Amino acid sequence: MSAATGRVGVPGKTGAADGFAIDARDLTRRFGSFVAVDHITFDIRAGEVFGFLGANGAGKTTAIKMLVGLLAPSEGAAHVAGFDIRTQRDQIRRNIGYMSQRFSLYADLTVRENIRLYGGIYGLTPGQIAERTTTMLDTLGLSSNADDLVARLPLGWKQKLAFSVALVHKPRIVFLDEPTSGVDPITRRQFWELIYAAAARGTTVFVTTHYMDEAEYCDRISIMVDGKIAALGTPAELKEKLGADSVDDIFVRLARGAPKGAAA
Amino acid sequence: MNRNALRAFVVKEFHHILRDRQTLTILLMMPLVQVILFGYALRSDVRDIRLAVVDPTPDHATLELQSRFIATNRFRIVTTSKTPDVIEPLFRRGSADVALVFEPGFASHLRGTDPARVLIAVDASDPNTGTTSLNYTRAVIASYQDERSAANMQVRIVPETRMRFNPTLESVNLFVPGLIALVLVLVSALMTAISLSREKERGTMEVLLVSPLRPQQIIVGKVIPYLGLAFANVLTALLAAWAVFHVPFRGSVVLLLTESVIYTIVSLALGVLVAARTASQRAAMLTAMLVTMLPNTLLSGMIFPIASMPAWLRPVTYIVPARWFIVIARGIMLKGVGITILWRETLILSIMATLLLAAAMRSFKPRME
Repeated sequence: MSAATGRVGVPGKTGAADGFAIDARDLTRRFGSFVAVDHITFDIRAGEVFGFLGANGAGKTTAIKMLVGLLAPSEGAAHVAGFDIRTQRDQIRRNIGYMSQRFSLYADLTVRENIRLYGGIYGLTPGQIAERTTTMLDTLGLSSNADDLVARLPLGWKQKLAFSVALVHKPRIVFLDEPTSGVDPITRRQFWELIYAAAARGTTVFVTTHYMDEAEYCDRISIMVDGKIAALGTPAELKEKLGADSVDDIFVRLARGAPKGAAA
Repeated sequence: MNRNALRAFVVKEFHHILRDRQTLTILLMMPLVQVILFGYALRSDVRDIRLAVVDPTPDHATLELQSRFIATNRFRIVTTSKTPDVIEPLFRRGSADVALVFEPGFASHLRGTDPARVLIAVDASDPNTGTTSLNYTRAVIASYQDERSAANMQVRIVPETRMRFNPTLESVNLFVPGLIALVLVLVSALMTAISLSREKERGTMEVLLVSPLRPQQIIVGKVIPYLGLAFANVLTALLAAWAVFHVPFRGSVVLLLTESVIYTIVSLALGVLVAARTASQRAAMLTAMLVTMLPNTLLSGMIFPIASMPAWLRPVTYIVPARWFIVIARGIMLKGVGITILWRETLILSIMATLLLAAAMRSFKPRME
């Protein structure tokens, strides 16, 4: 699939999904009688940085897993990059990047080998891999560490590298599941600069986070409580609407309203 | 489907294996160490049998027979006496294993028409060793007898013990095919299970499953490097067996390697199945040990003959892959037979490989219910 590498892809579907990088309608996932994700509906425009917030156990990870094709929805529909998450998983996979909550690179491979691996998996040619490796290492300032094992890199560098590797095939949308947990504030700042740079190139960024200051950096945010979307809008809109000083404040107010079973 | 993707994945797998020097060294040395350990320590044939000889009328015939015993390199004469009363104290002290008591006038009887009698007394406190020693003793007498009758006169009735295919009763010959089966299971099932569950545990599996790589490609990519390692292991075991114990190799090496590939695929598929059903590396390792190592060691006929198992247990051995592989490997190595004889076992292994591989592929789909 050599065509999978270009950024300027044609969306697979027109109609309601047209123009949106992701759209979800009443997306629901049940595990037995437990409803992890309860009829969530949202649209994300191409090139947007979308913050997906929620307490632990609010259903964020389950929602992401449905969008990237690791879990089938129990109800509802969603399109990612214009493709149906139920029937067009293969096309979705070629058009998205994913950085999981846990560290997604191989510690016993070198920086260069990790890039080559993911480049290869996403069908890049050796020429493309070589070219993107050089660019990526330059941007990250890792050129002199190209042949170091990833295990030897400091955590902050690892996270930045993991993010860049998730973008190696120039996906239209990148999903980041708590990419900055455990990273120091300075590195988080640098990480967000990378996110902005990607968004400026037109990549849609779907990011979950625990850090409310990071939520302020997003174009729009949604706050999930108990599997439902309790608030959705730009940080400024939400603050105004709820009369709060910060996203943190909004979050605490919404989360407090939730029953205790939410924090599973 | 993308060939480059699979290649990139296999390259990564080789990096994992080659970077982990400790594990790699253990994996490569294992067949060597196992062959040598089993060959020397666990052999069931008996060496250094201490022989007490009672010979009331020494003669060139009895002396020659004694020298035959010494010439086998298995027997060592600890005492020679004219009266049988020395035997009892020797046995009691455990200083002799076998006593050979010639009747008075043994040599003259041998030349005449009366049967020449000799009593073989064996310390049977360890029944296995005792039986084996008895058989060796009979064999030495029988061969002496055969030569004499061929040279001149009558055949005398001595119980005949003939060990076909393994005339020297070298148990190491029987162990080596079993060892190959064991090492292959260990490397393939255990290492695949560990390596797959490691990806699950560390979270990299999730990233792979989100990528365009298909679950089948992930499995094939995991399996290929270990197939190579298994191949190296078979060759090491054969080489060690041949160099250290002079184990014969009568059949086709190519056939044995082909059969090893089929058997390895069975083991690899088991490893994948184990990894799919366990949550952690540790659980995967223990489960892999339990479902592969134990049955393949104990129920395969490698150590305990299937024929001497209770009737209800014998059918259980049919589902143990090593049981069939050992028959094949022994057939090729010791008897020198080919596929015309071993097609049934080969067919069974191939069916096992196909079914297990299909089950492994199915089991590894991301849960998309």
